[in-house]
Amino acid sequence: MRWKNYTSLPEEFRNHRVFDGCGISGFINIDGKKEDGRKITNMLTILNDRENGLGAGYAAYGIYPQYKDHYALHFLFDNEASKLKVINYLSDVGFIIQSESIPTKIPPNVDNPPITWRVFFDPKEKKNISDDEQVVQLVMNINQNFEGAFVMSSGKDMGVFKGNGWSREIAEFYMIKDYKAYMWLAHSRFPTNTPGWWGGAHPFNLLNTSVVHNGEITSYGTNMRYLESFGYKCTLHTDTEVIAYLVDLLCRKHNIPIEIASLALAPPLFNEIDRLNKNQALALKHIRATYRSAMLNGPFSIVVGFADPIPTMIGLTDRKKLRPLVAGVSKDENTVYMSSEEASFKRMMINPNIDFSLKEIWHPKSGTAIIASLDQGLMRNGLEKPLEKIKLTVTGA
Amino acid sequence: MVEENIIEISAAPNNRPLNYRRLNEEVHEAIKSNPKKIVINDACGQRFIAASLQGDLELVINGLPGNDLGIFMDGPKIVVHGNCEDQAGNTMNDGEIIVHGEGGDVIGLSARGGKIYVKKDVGYRVGIHIKEYEHKFPVIVIGGTAKDFLGEYMAGGLIVALGLKFENGNVVENDHPICGSELGTGIHRGKIVLRTDEALEDRLGIGAKIFDITEQERAEITPFIDEFCEIFNIPKEIVYNKPFKVIKPISKRPFGGNYCGQIV
Repeated sequence: MRWKNYTSLPEEFRNHRVFDGCGISGFINIDGKKEDGRKITNMLTILNDRENGLGAGYAAYGIYPQYKDHYALHFLFDNEASKLKVINYLSDVGFIIQSESIPTKIPPNVDNPPITWRVFFDPKEKKNISDDEQVVQLVMNINQNFEGAFVMSSGKDMGVFKGNGWSREIAEFYMIKDYKAYMWLAHSRFPTNTPGWWGGAHPFNLLNTSVVHNGEITSYGTNMRYLESFGYKCTLHTDTEVIAYLVDLLCRKHNIPIEIASLALAPPLFNEIDRLNKNQALALKHIRATYRSAMLNGPFSIVVGFADPIPTMIGLTDRKKLRPLVAGVSKDENTVYMSSEEASFKRMMINPNIDFSLKEIWHPKSGTAIIASLDQGLMRNGLEKPLEKIKLTVTGA
Repeated sequence: MVEENIIEISAAPNNRPLNYRRLNEEVHEAIKSNPKKIVINDACGQRFIAASLQGDLELVINGLPGNDLGIFMDGPKIVVHGNCEDQAGNTMNDGEIIVHGEGGDVIGLSARGGKIYVKKDVGYRVGIHIKEYEHKFPVIVIGGTAKDFLGEYMAGGLIVALGLKFENGNVVENDHPICGSELGTGIHRGKIVLRTDEALEDRLGIGAKIFDITEQERAEITPFIDEFCEIFNIPKEIVYNKPFKVIKPISKRPFGGNYCGQIV
């Protein structure tokens, strides 16, 4: 994917810059009931003070039940030639089950959109390397070495739809309302440090892990070098991609439960650790020492979705709470919502055309993960102490 | 006629939320007819409501005002029926913000005067760098609890947190801790008064110290607490049934040794 094909700020914003942050939203239906994309589009687009038309995107889980055992690769191509090259490469390294365009409706104000394409794919079986690992290497290879091509997402039974534009434009462009998913993540972008371009919009994805992010990762350099030592290639010119790769590294490769992985990404300060009991302090010190280069520094609030082994949505803010995150749970306790602003919920409530009511709205603690899983419900509400509710066995201490 | 002096504005006519610019323009338009009171209904996240407004005016907001409510405000009184989002009272010079609900993060950021009363809990970094000068004296009173960095870099004024909770019309003790860590870090003037018997030593920030309340300080806070109790209908005897602790600076320049030490 050409990095230079970004758009400049819309005309009306060029002379009065509105300084602001990104908007993030997401929800998961605990019972796995699938909902079309209208609700998430509403949740996100009503935060339109939190974007400037330079990027938006949606991640949907559970949208391809007919192909759920194959990797769904979502692509953006600059031209037919780069598409052909990638398709040829894919048929060399694996089996293409289905190759088709992602249906789009082109609104009048989107200039020269890239080709949107999806391939349902299985890698060839290899002895010493898992399918997941093969797909990761394939994604890294395409993003780094194939000019004019970019992989938006590579999970199973899920997909990322993103691009350069306002959140409502992108929703219309990909016809988000026609997809049905049990978990939705969405992001409207306000790029601060890097230009807005199609590949730089959120969510960032690798396999089943998707991340939407508001803020800045100032530890990007440290995190990037750490990830590169595990074979990840950071090529997207945006800090958020390291979060997606870190979650993949910790949760898939190292097989760490997400409750612990969230403590590695946003660990408690040492003086807080000292106030905990001996075993907890020891465990946390070891987490910090082992994953010191995976720690995320700088202001952030993120919503992460992943599907292995259980589909789960996680909300997390930095330890000093420099970016907002609000959570809510529906009256029947079946749906857990997260958003940048309470206004996102409020605006749904005042609209009589939308059936929306919440039992409770709360602000999670800084650096504390909210975790909601399919069938399991709200596992952690983000108000716990570190390691609270986690069964901890310390050996050899 | 009192009624003639009240102007109602809908922030979401036909259920379509107005852009914050438009809403503020409507407020400015309404002010031209010199009303005593402006009522904004269905507020839903519009920012900068009442930005830079001056003079004797009452603004009642039903719903959820967005970030930077009453930013740079100089005089008016805002009453919010509901929660408010982050940065309410940002750099406020004078006036009152009364929130009948929860407050977000960074309430009263750099306020130079005026009063902010929040009935329930507030978030992080409340009262950061509020300051006083001669007769300018900002006051923030919180009915519930606060999170980390309460009164960070405080340069004057008063913050009070009462640690109460409101359940089905009853006033009870809040089960959350009265404040988070880094309490009053970098404080160099002013006071934080907490109604609590919790041990706070572990949570103190740089340059802050805990003191028992003196009679003079008790007399200083009483008018504000009494007013707070009256507004939110809290029995006063409940408020005074627990000890108060005062957090004050140990120095006027807590970071004096860190920067430019050799110059000054």
